[in-house]
Amino acid sequence: MELTKLRPLSAVEAGRTVKLAGIEAGQGLRSRLLAMGLVPNVEITVVTSGGPGPFVVNVKGTKMALGRGMAHKIMVV
Amino acid sequence: MKKIIVAVAGNPNSGKTTIFNMLTGAHQHVGNYPGVTVEKKEGLCRYKDCEMTVVDLPGTYSLTAYSVEELVARNFIVDQHPDVVVDVIDASNIERNLYLATQFIEMDMPLVLAFNMSDIAERKGLVFDIEHLSRLLEAAIVPTVGNKGKGRIELLDAIIEAARRPRRGRAHQVYYGTEIEDEIGRIEKIVAEKAKQLAQKYGARWVALKLLEQDVEVTAKISSSEVQDAVRVSIGHLRTIFAEEPETVIADRRYGFISGACQETIKTTVESRHSASDTIDAVLINNILGLPIFLLLMYLVFVLTFKIGKYPMGWLEMFFDWLSVSISAFWPTGSESWLKSLLIDGAIGGVGGVLVFLPNILILFLAIAVLEDSGYMARAAFVMDHVMHKIGLHGKSFIPMLIGFGCSVPAIMGTRILENRRNRLTTIMVIPLMSCGARLTIYGLIIPAFFPENLRGPVLWLIYLIGIVLAIVCIKILRLTVLRGETIPFVMELPPYRMPTLTSVCIHMWQRGWMYLRKAGTIILGASVVLWAAMSYPKPASDVLANLGPEQAHRVRLEHSVVGRLGKAIEPVLKPLGFDWKIGTALIGATVAKELFVAQLAIVYAAGRADQGSQTLREKLQQNYTPLTGFCIMLFCLIYAPCVATVAMTRQETNSWAWALFQFFGLTALAYVVTLITYQVGSLLVS
Repeated sequence: MELTKLRPLSAVEAGRTVKLAGIEAGQGLRSRLLAMGLVPNVEITVVTSGGPGPFVVNVKGTKMALGRGMAHKIMVV
Repeated sequence: MKKIIVAVAGNPNSGKTTIFNMLTGAHQHVGNYPGVTVEKKEGLCRYKDCEMTVVDLPGTYSLTAYSVEELVARNFIVDQHPDVVVDVIDASNIERNLYLATQFIEMDMPLVLAFNMSDIAERKGLVFDIEHLSRLLEAAIVPTVGNKGKGRIELLDAIIEAARRPRRGRAHQVYYGTEIEDEIGRIEKIVAEKAKQLAQKYGARWVALKLLEQDVEVTAKISSSEVQDAVRVSIGHLRTIFAEEPETVIADRRYGFISGACQETIKTTVESRHSASDTIDAVLINNILGLPIFLLLMYLVFVLTFKIGKYPMGWLEMFFDWLSVSISAFWPTGSESWLKSLLIDGAIGGVGGVLVFLPNILILFLAIAVLEDSGYMARAAFVMDHVMHKIGLHGKSFIPMLIGFGCSVPAIMGTRILENRRNRLTTIMVIPLMSCGARLTIYGLIIPAFFPENLRGPVLWLIYLIGIVLAIVCIKILRLTVLRGETIPFVMELPPYRMPTLTSVCIHMWQRGWMYLRKAGTIILGASVVLWAAMSYPKPASDVLANLGPEQAHRVRLEHSVVGRLGKAIEPVLKPLGFDWKIGTALIGATVAKELFVAQLAIVYAAGRADQGSQTLREKLQQNYTPLTGFCIMLFCLIYAPCVATVAMTRQETNSWAWALFQFFGLTALAYVVTLITYQVGSLLVS
């Protein structure tokens, strides 16, 4: 099953919806992301991927831009 | 009349400012929170028998201790004990916005929720059972449309009602689940016993919760080792149970509490998948089109600011000229009154010279307000982030830096769009390296004097380029030394596009314009008077001046003054740069405003007024200096000490003299080194 495999958000192509598994980040950043709604098992829809710039996702009805470095640290299934 | 304090809180982009404006109208006061560069807005509102002091808290998603804004908001709640907190909720995005509300609930604050932009929510097909939701959250809920002024009376009534109601504790708290509640209960008891003061001030449960969340600020306040040990054990225990940080689980439970409350009370009648914002974004943050569109918009802002601003600026200049003439008419022609000179050369010359920039500043802030309110600013940061990230700054830093090519003063004010203090300080420090309009007058004098027609364009371009390259180098150095720290990872909400309203845009513009005006009337006026005195005193004996023409007399007077003497005193220091005392004198005078350099040089060369005599002044420069010196003058003027207005602005925006002085002396040292190398190497190559 491809969908259950743990991978970084950066590896997800646009249009896909995935579930958050964990964030590999320091406390400060983690608490910021938590406050913005990136809690375990939340659904993340990737809006824009590809290109060198940030990554656009949709979480709980909010559009968010994440730096590419960030997208590497967010693990999803 | 009863006096109450109302704090307005909310997520960024929740329309918090529109609610604040709706409550207070034009009666606002903008300042900074003490010790930090977070803007503090306060306003008054009279309603029924209440006088409300309304305080606009910084827009935050949460109340952790990880950002200055959140800490400021939290400390305000804890220290100032507002009577009511109005949490502005974007009604079209309830769940995420209620997260902040859960934290006010945890702090047991009397809470009023303003469900803002309820018209948009309605259009989106959201239906709320407000009564039910209000009961679940134990807070009054008022639907509002801030930018249309809808719901004002209802909100005011709810605020008064909330302030009047006796505090009796909440019927239900956010429930974190048995495992966490057990640990909270355990720590709560120890805290109540061992850290009494803290427990009294914040409430033991809240302290316990924050300790489990490993909140740095609250943790640092705990001195009792028993509490520390208990917290360590609890955290370890929770980690094994959940295989997650307790903080993550707690956040998850808060969201659980919210969705529990929302499930029964909010219904969606229309399923809309693709919004207009998505369509606009497909173009504006497109990989190929995004950058050119951004640059085009910035170019427009720039042109608007300085092209359209030129006209009112001309009128203001005319007004100040007229004022000077009218004032000098009080004295007989040829009289040497010190008061006349103080008023005309000192006060009007100095303050007027700065006030003429007011139209530019107003237009600029109008444009910025439109870009911000429409939601485009977040996209601009997104588009520029890739480039700016490489030099260690946030994408948004680009905007104030660009403004710096016009004038450093609004540019430094413009750094308010940057949330992160380190980013903001770095940007402020390098803004003077962007060649401003005033310095263009210096280049305009020097370049034609020393360079042939075909080289003039390239030389000007080179000077601007050197400024940019030096800025990049300085950013790199600052980020590696005093302002070290990891680049803030880019996480930003892209709010839906909205039509900015005239009132909110105008209020924004006026607030900033007013701050500028106030500063011109205080710091800049003072500095101008000091510099005027230094340029006018001590006066030479009158018999020395007896046989001189007015221009020569002017020159002798300047030479005799403090500034003239200073210029001579620093000549040995400037010699290795190829400068003599005349240039030194002009450089000192130019710290008030860079365009004064030309006027000062004209005085020392007794060449009459700069505008009429620039041809003769250029000839004199040609006779006295080499093109290399000319180039070095421009180089030095580009980099050295920012003008008084910039120093004052840096002081105000960083809230510290240390940063302002660091910028002043740092840039002067940089100018010295760069010019020294250029002149010495240049001399070797030429000879």
